[in-house]
Amino acid sequence: LAHGSGGKATQTLIEAIFLEAFRNPLLEPLEDAAELTMNGTRLALTTDSFVVSPLFFPGGNIGDLAINGTVNDLAVSGATPRFLTAGFILEEGFPVADLTRIVDSMRAAAEAAGVSVVTGDTKVVQRGKADGCYINTAGVGLIEYPGTLGVATARPGDAVLVSGPIGEHGVTVLLARGELDIEADLVSDTAPVHGLVAELLASTSGVRAMRDATRGGVATILNEVARAADVAVVVDEDAVPVGTEVRGASELLGIDPLYVACEGRIVVIVDGAEADTALAALRRHPLGEQAAVIGRIKEDPPGLVLLNTVFGGTRICDLLVGDPLPRIC
Amino acid sequence: MFRATDRDARRRLRCTVTGVVQGVGFRPFVHRLATELALTGFVGNDALAVFVEVQGSGDAVAAFERRLTAEAPPLSAIAAVVATDLPTADETGFAIVASTGGSGARTLVPPDVATCGNCLAELADPADRRYRHPFITCTDCGPRFTIIRDLPYDRPATTMTDFPMCAACAGEYEDPADRRFHAQPVACPDCGPVLWFTEGGARVDGADAAIAAAQRALLDGRIVAVKGIGGYHLACRADSDAAIARLRERKARDQKPFALLARDLAVARGLARIDAAEEHVLTCPARPIVLLRRRFGAPVAEAVAPGNPLLGVLLPYTPVHHLLFAPVPGSTAVPPELLVMTSANLSDEPLCFDDLDAAARLPRLADAVLTHDRPIHVPCDDSVVRVVDGAELPIRRSRGYAPLPVALGRELPPTLAVGGELKNTCCLVDGRNAFCSAHIGDMGNAETTRAFERAVDQLTTLHRLRPEVLAADAHPAYLTRAWAERHAGEPGEPALRFVQHHHAHVVSLLAEHGRIGEPVIGVAFDGTGFGADAAVWGGEILVLGNDTARYRRAGHLLPVSLPGGDAAVRNPCRMALAYLDAAGVPLAEDLPPVAACGRAEFAGVRSLLASGVGTVSCTSMGRLFDAVAALLGVRQRIGYEAQAAIELEIRAQQAQSIEPDGVEPLRFAVRDGVLDHRPVIRGLVAGLRAGEDPGVAAYRFHLAIADAVADCVGRIARDTGIRSVGLTGGVFQNVLLAGACRDRLEQRGLTVLTHHLVPPNDGGLALGQAVVAALAEGG
Ligand SMILES: [Fe+3]
Ligand SMILES: [Mg+2]
Ligand SMILES: [Zn+2]
Ligand SMILES: [Zn+2]
Repeated sequence: LAHGSGGKATQTLIEAIFLEAFRNPLLEPLEDAAELTMNGTRLALTTDSFVVSPLFFPGGNIGDLAINGTVNDLAVSGATPRFLTAGFILEEGFPVADLTRIVDSMRAAAEAAGVSVVTGDTKVVQRGKADGCYINTAGVGLIEYPGTLGVATARPGDAVLVSGPIGEHGVTVLLARGELDIEADLVSDTAPVHGLVAELLASTSGVRAMRDATRGGVATILNEVARAADVAVVVDEDAVPVGTEVRGASELLGIDPLYVACEGRIVVIVDGAEADTALAALRRHPLGEQAAVIGRIKEDPPGLVLLNTVFGGTRICDLLVGDPLPRIC
Repeated sequence: MFRATDRDARRRLRCTVTGVVQGVGFRPFVHRLATELALTGFVGNDALAVFVEVQGSGDAVAAFERRLTAEAPPLSAIAAVVATDLPTADETGFAIVASTGGSGARTLVPPDVATCGNCLAELADPADRRYRHPFITCTDCGPRFTIIRDLPYDRPATTMTDFPMCAACAGEYEDPADRRFHAQPVACPDCGPVLWFTEGGARVDGADAAIAAAQRALLDGRIVAVKGIGGYHLACRADSDAAIARLRERKARDQKPFALLARDLAVARGLARIDAAEEHVLTCPARPIVLLRRRFGAPVAEAVAPGNPLLGVLLPYTPVHHLLFAPVPGSTAVPPELLVMTSANLSDEPLCFDDLDAAARLPRLADAVLTHDRPIHVPCDDSVVRVVDGAELPIRRSRGYAPLPVALGRELPPTLAVGGELKNTCCLVDGRNAFCSAHIGDMGNAETTRAFERAVDQLTTLHRLRPEVLAADAHPAYLTRAWAERHAGEPGEPALRFVQHHHAHVVSLLAEHGRIGEPVIGVAFDGTGFGADAAVWGGEILVLGNDTARYRRAGHLLPVSLPGGDAAVRNPCRMALAYLDAAGVPLAEDLPPVAACGRAEFAGVRSLLASGVGTVSCTSMGRLFDAVAALLGVRQRIGYEAQAAIELEIRAQQAQSIEPDGVEPLRFAVRDGVLDHRPVIRGLVAGLRAGEDPGVAAYRFHLAIADAVADCVGRIARDTGIRSVGLTGGVFQNVLLAGACRDRLEQRGLTVLTHHLVPPNDGGLALGQAVVAALAEGG
């Protein structure tokens, strides 16, 4: 069950089962999208499945999530998203009105992202065999950016940026389930980031890697960077933009916003000398108004993410393991 | 083998002595003894042992053999003497031969020792060449563990290798009759390390000038970092609220009590009541911080240990400490009598001990620095002990104790245990001994991880040991477990074994009592441990049979929902809501924890409890203490670990003398090993509403736990025939609870084991882990 949290268990599952079975040079980097070259044209290909409960939440629903998620995976790979596929698994008896709402959101999201949904598939399973509606999308994008992007290229001296306040999607969805009596005026941050990425890549050639901080949050991405590049990622806790509502809910739940999912926020690793330029570019875009430099890449200790806490200490920010269990004895 | 029978016949005997026999004046002692008995031969060191060959009359050799153990130096601890007769040889005189390296080290590294009386006398004697020398030391005292890089323990293997001895020191070092013979840190003002003082970029050289400058800075209320034996301390006036407030702010340490360094026993007696057993521990060569009963009106600022009836006090253990408390000749600086002394680090970070690190970290913490150039090889925090019923109860086992081994009484495969997450220590099993590291700290930060690796390196280097087994706690989020996983499992790497947290606590107790393999009923009460069912455990009664590597969970607290992970631990009022909810008590405004929660927090926590979202099942005794502390209005939010439970114990202790007359005792319902706290919670609420004094209620709560433990353990003892009960886990630092449990269990004719060598808290966990894993792997 813990295998879906985006943390250590997911990592182990991916490495032990999928990477083992499908091992090939395109898969190996485990980036958000694979880069393919066909007839001299560089393409990015990605796929993602969407299961979210509830299906509708403030700021969006599973439909725009499914479009934005795949658009974003392409965008952070340096590609211009072009064509998407959509596959639906519907539970028998799923209301048509809901499906219509979902599909309408998908159309609107696709339009906003400048992509076309070009093929699809629908399966209906017995009542109780699915949680209403699951969506899978795959996407192809054209890579025109000349540089090489990838978390393994991060090197000491690089800066780490996020494009906006973190954790809003995850907390919104959790609260939308209606079980928690936590008052928070929050909407999901779900959005297509291709425009933001385009603005960034046009402003500087110093970008090493970008990631959309979905499941497992910013902390999980940073751990991937630290491991892939064998560097230390050092983050200043008070530089990380976190809204008061997200902070409050996290405090109550005993979770760290750094591990909470976003659906329209990107983490950018950029040459340290280009940090200001990159920050300015992000902030020019409406989705990046609250972008911030949150840390630096250092040499030591390799493979670890460190958080300089507001108290002046340094905490290790490891991959999340299952549910948050107390460690205080 | 032949043995001389004729008393006058000449005889030659070889003795191989193992144990703590290096760095404690053993070879000079042997030399003196042999010379006195007119024996010829030699004594030497290797990494394995001290070896001696003596030759002379049968009588003299026999006397030597007897007196070798009977009159061994006070700091030594002989593990074994193996004696073999040899053919006599042609020789004259008795020599000390050069140390030889060796493989498979078994010689024990001695701990650091407080400055001895002889050295103190010289320190104060204007005629002595080491008058006021800040690094005075001899074979009976001084730094050991913290300066040793390798074995055998000889000067080149210590951080003193950078200080070539002057002719006078070399003479003493080489003279077997001298009390500095082969004292590795021996030095003098001509050849030794130097002391200096810096403040705001200005440097004051010369020991006396530096000491006087430090005294002036302290008197002015400034925070002075002092380099000591195992690391840097921060010192300031103990009577200045302003100075202590700044110290707390810089260390990011809110409320946790600070220790006090008192000039001498007389000053300490002005602070606290000290009985004979406490005096003994306070003045012993290990010089730990002793938690003493504070005197009413003790001359310390409130901020030192707010609201705490105990004061942590220690006496000077380095020449620098002694000099700081004494007037400097020709100086007008007024020496202090009492100082707050705390490790120089941010809260939760490891001790600052190397000079590069100090240069980086100290400027934020200290106004000035009193330092020296003798390097510290390994950091070592001050130890903390409490004296209970005349015996030591270790709270933190570190300087003065580390790395003394725990004898296991059986041979186990080489095993390294990585310990817990907070108050981490690691432990290396080397055959028949378990070596516990000094206190390392809380693993959440990067500095501690580095300190942890250094401690592991030092242990394995000194013992020339490649562990075959790695032992770690089963908690999936412990960084120590992650470290163990990175260092095990591959070909050529040790096997990895996970040990359940409370099982490890119980076995640590068995191991220190030399009872591995004996059945025991283990009562393990603490804050949090990862349970075998993936829930949070901490109110456990485990049964261990003859196979110490296995346990059965025979009892536990009734589970409640812990809302919101570590956040519930930091906010006892949230835990109280969970227990009240479980007990079916309506969460009314008149209850202190309900009132303490903000409206949003209250609604949020209640919804977590109702939905189960963000909660985990929990049987922790520490959390029950937190909840009751909040329920009784004692503490709603904590600033340091276990604060609420500590304050609850204090309130109960203070109310002990008030007879709770005619009140029905609080009772857990004990059924099938489950200790059901709901009647206790309901009883406490009823008392609260009837206007009962919170202290009296806290006292009754302690007795209720002891009754429930006695009841539950009594039944298990009847069913299993096991007569030994162990009390372990951090909760048993609670002296009132431990005493009440002990009384009731002993009344039932059971033998009660408590901790005297390693702490009941997670600082002792590594020992239990090591033993369980080593046994499981084939011990
Ligand atoms: Fe524990
Ligand atoms: Mg994705
Ligand atoms: Zn001495
Ligand atoms: Zn000298």
